[in-house]
Amino acid sequence: MATTTKTPPVTTYFTVGAEIADTKAPAGPIESKWATRKFEAKLVNPANRRKLTVIIVGTGLAGGAAAASLGEAGYNVLNFCYQDSPRRAHSIAAQGGINAAKNYRNDNDSTFRLFYDTVKGGDYRARETNVYRLAEVSANIIDQCVAQGVPFAREYGGLLDNRSFGGVQVQRTFYARGQTGQQLLIGAYQALERQVAAGTVKMYARHEMLELIVADDRARGIVTRDMVTGAIESWTADAVVLATGGYGNVFFLSTNAMGCNVTATWRAHRKGAYFGNPCYTQIHPTCIPVHGETQSKLTLMSESLRNDGRIWVPKRAEDCDKDPRQIAEEDRDYYLERIYPAFGNLVPRDIASRQAKNMCDEGRGVGPAVKEFDHDGNERFVRRGVYLDFADAIGRLGKDGVAARYGNLFDMYAQITGENPYETPMRIYPAVHYTMGGLWVDYDLSSNVPGLYVTGEANFSDHGANRLGASALMQGLADGYFVLPNTINDYLAAAPFPKVDADDPAVVEAVSSVRERIDALLAVDGTRTVDSFHKELGHIMWEYCGMERTEEGLKLAISKIDELREEFWRDVKVTGVNDDFNQTLERAGRVADFFELGRLMCVDALHRRESCGGHFRAESQTEDGEALRHDDEYLYVGAWEYAGVGEKPVLHKEPLVYEAIELKQRSYK
Amino acid sequence: MNVTLRVWRQANAASEGRMVTYQVQDVSPDMSFLEMLDLLNEDLTVSGEEPVAFDHDCREGICGMCGVVINGTAHGRGNSPVPTTTCQLHMRSFEDGATIDVEPWRAGPFPVIKDLVVDRSAFDRIIQAGGYISVNTGSAPEANAAPVGKLKADRAFDAATCIGCGACVAACPNHSAMLFTSAKITHLAMLPQGQPERKLRIKNMIAQHDEEGFGGCTNIGECVAVCPKEIPFDTISQLNRDLISSLFSRDGK
Amino acid sequence: MAVTGLLLIAFLLMHMFGNLKMFIGEEAFNHYAEWLKGLSEDGGILYPILPAGWFIWIFRVVLLAAVVLHIYSAAKLWRRAEAASPSTYEAKRKLAQTYSARTMRWGGIILAGLLIFHLAQFTVHAALTNGSFASTYQSSAYKMVVGEFSQWWMVLVYAIWMVAVCMHIRHGFWSAFATLGANTSPRAKVILDACAWAIALVLFIGFMMMPVAVLFGWIHF
Repeated sequence: MATTTKTPPVTTYFTVGAEIADTKAPAGPIESKWATRKFEAKLVNPANRRKLTVIIVGTGLAGGAAAASLGEAGYNVLNFCYQDSPRRAHSIAAQGGINAAKNYRNDNDSTFRLFYDTVKGGDYRARETNVYRLAEVSANIIDQCVAQGVPFAREYGGLLDNRSFGGVQVQRTFYARGQTGQQLLIGAYQALERQVAAGTVKMYARHEMLELIVADDRARGIVTRDMVTGAIESWTADAVVLATGGYGNVFFLSTNAMGCNVTATWRAHRKGAYFGNPCYTQIHPTCIPVHGETQSKLTLMSESLRNDGRIWVPKRAEDCDKDPRQIAEEDRDYYLERIYPAFGNLVPRDIASRQAKNMCDEGRGVGPAVKEFDHDGNERFVRRGVYLDFADAIGRLGKDGVAARYGNLFDMYAQITGENPYETPMRIYPAVHYTMGGLWVDYDLSSNVPGLYVTGEANFSDHGANRLGASALMQGLADGYFVLPNTINDYLAAAPFPKVDADDPAVVEAVSSVRERIDALLAVDGTRTVDSFHKELGHIMWEYCGMERTEEGLKLAISKIDELREEFWRDVKVTGVNDDFNQTLERAGRVADFFELGRLMCVDALHRRESCGGHFRAESQTEDGEALRHDDEYLYVGAWEYAGVGEKPVLHKEPLVYEAIELKQRSYK
Repeated sequence: MNVTLRVWRQANAASEGRMVTYQVQDVSPDMSFLEMLDLLNEDLTVSGEEPVAFDHDCREGICGMCGVVINGTAHGRGNSPVPTTTCQLHMRSFEDGATIDVEPWRAGPFPVIKDLVVDRSAFDRIIQAGGYISVNTGSAPEANAAPVGKLKADRAFDAATCIGCGACVAACPNHSAMLFTSAKITHLAMLPQGQPERKLRIKNMIAQHDEEGFGGCTNIGECVAVCPKEIPFDTISQLNRDLISSLFSRDGK
Repeated sequence: MAVTGLLLIAFLLMHMFGNLKMFIGEEAFNHYAEWLKGLSEDGGILYPILPAGWFIWIFRVVLLAAVVLHIYSAAKLWRRAEAASPSTYEAKRKLAQTYSARTMRWGGIILAGLLIFHLAQFTVHAALTNGSFASTYQSSAYKMVVGEFSQWWMVLVYAIWMVAVCMHIRHGFWSAFATLGANTSPRAKVILDACAWAIALVLFIGFMMMPVAVLFGWIHF
């Protein structure tokens, strides 16, 4: 139905390369693969480690934990972050908790069940071997963090408390009030600072990685810009680890920190690293909605609100600007309860998100009308919000009962919106929250560029097409504390590699390309601000590559992105100079890379003509409008090779093999 | 609404700064304070002027990166009905037509980098001096091996919520970093895992605190009043108690 | 700072208590003064553990040391605060600090100045304003105090001084205990603050009762 003759066929947007046959996971039963790999990996003599240098970019859970652990192991670590302190990394904002297969609750949990839930939650698009290992090391993470002094919630007996999270039926989530990410990050940060004091880690804050140095087909270093002085510096090492987080800010509005960006991984992609499943992004249904055009970021509220809140919109569009308390019961449409009577307001994240968007698209959204552009580029105003109503819950539990469960969330909502959620219904809307895609890595977390490792949200590995709640923190710390320190040695055993000097052609090329790009950005001297471009790109991505995708829309998005990108390089206004603290220049460089990434995301989404995980593809649905996965055609990881700006990216498929788990189609009706 | 801003502009650490007045039009009461600064910066950029530099990142009040003094109080606490970071302060806390003074944290150990951006690396060095538990990856015992009474765990947590924003130092008439330091001391002192290094930790952290040039604490309480995370005043007394007992202890000499 | 401050507060309480002997009469007050100095017939305080007259000098040395150390610590804190404050805010607004807390330093200097006058007046007798110790007051401490405080402006000077002292103690008492680790909870702070107010008020009232009584003629020659 959506295929039109006017637009070019999908295959004109990319070419297909060789399949990825080997992910380096050892043979044998899934339970023993990690032990086998650890045994087979080559070792580095402790006395030799200090002669080996490892660059780690990023100081979040994955980067900070890796830097601390490799420093403790005795390597010479150079650690970089763009913030003013390693403690600011955006892992800090995670609220809910961290899963671990401890089975402290004696409720049938096990490594296998955590593994199973994670693969199933990822809608069977994650690599089995990596996920099993993640579940396997999860218990060690809790031990490690407790030993560091992370103040997890405890019971009166003094032992650790657990709760269930993200719709799973076992209680395996460890938490620290609503600030689990903060506490885990501070634990990693303290371990990192201990190594800084010990001299094994050298910390470079306010340094942004702008290029990867690849010499003799190995990743050998990075080029950074000192964000205070503007100095462009090159750093060389025996291996490079990218732990630079996700790219949700391609949508402009997301729950990411303002500084989160794709530049480090995108620069590595341009230097040969494959980008895995770029179109997989997670959209969270319960965020505080947009108040207007000047909104800079979105704030997440815990999904637990849906346990007691009822979601509705007015039945008639003309009621949308009324005080919600004046809208009679019969004029309200509790649409999730209507469409999904079995699950009601507790349908999975992607369904809740998509239906909220549908209601607003129908013109039944609530809250302030926000300016946006339709497919033809015409300006329109749409209310982007739905009600999350606690009136019933307050009637049932009393105001105090509701406050005891959700008080901190209600306070947060009140502070941001200025409305009292005990009296008027909350307004919520979905927002981009996490990106499952990222640089492709093998079982060792190595990209296809030798010596380039990628950890945490920056890689694609563990969450498939949808991430299970409370598993982002788990993955970051698993990669940083336990996986990378046991795999990177296999590569470093062959090091030290021949020294790469500042006058090496690879370094000279990298440094001069960074300078040229900065000079080019400053030279445009156009009329539009960086943010105005970023917002427009965000609108395109959200509209066409967000919750619901169509072939037609994605093709349109690609052409719009191409146009906008050209306009950016023709008309952007970057004030100031390079040799200074220049935040406009920083943002301009990031947005320039977002254009290229955004296009690849659309190409990836376009080629994957199936609905899976959080991604609804309109051309792939069941008769009653539910997501339809196509395991026959798309049971693979899409790993994209860069071919140049304007060139067709090359798709390398990594077939997904499920030996331990049986494939199933999900259903929520 | 429209507001008049008086913003501290300073090109770099070496140069002199001054307050510069700007008008910001069409401010929505739902904007956060930083979104209002974004709006100013968009206008400045279009007119070819350099935007005002300010630190910010998560904009949800947890990373600790943002922080300016607004109308004389850190994070604009004086204008906010609740404890807040700058990013969680909203324009509805101000009157239409208001004149708002915006300045950087001012403290010797926090030199200005540019405009409203300061260097808070002194905090990292205080943590490096001992704000951690020495445990290598892999050597941790089973998590439930050491129970922690809930009340102590809660007290550790209250202290551990510090985001390291530096508002305490900015607000303190002595520019002391005692609340920041005592938050970490208290967090680790309440936990069994923190005991082996407890005495050594406090001596080293206090020595580094003084070395960085922070002032001494005179228990005025301005720090607690502006703290976005409501770090309790009593953490400072906890620090003092531990410090006094460490002076009578050979541990760590 | 905290230890010397609390020592000085303890001294003030004792001093105040001694002053109240003025209400009992000339003989009692003078005996008390001589007893402190070891001039009384029984050899005075702590005799015969210490030789007569030694106590007052040990006491004075300890007090002097406390004052010197107190001022030294204060100066050091002040210098550190100055060093940590390269520039001041254009807009100033305080949320928590009390007037007492804000005026600890300049207030401390003012009250130290008046302390010197007080010692010159009543201890050294070099700055008596209404007669001489030997002739006018016939070497009676009681008569001296009555004579000096029968001037209204002298009572006013002392009232101002006592306000400064008691404000200093209002913050100093709580702050000293906080520094010594006693501020263990929000409740402890309330209690310490209340104690600080109580001690400050007791000292003010206790010290001012006698001069006021002299002024109104309830205590006389």
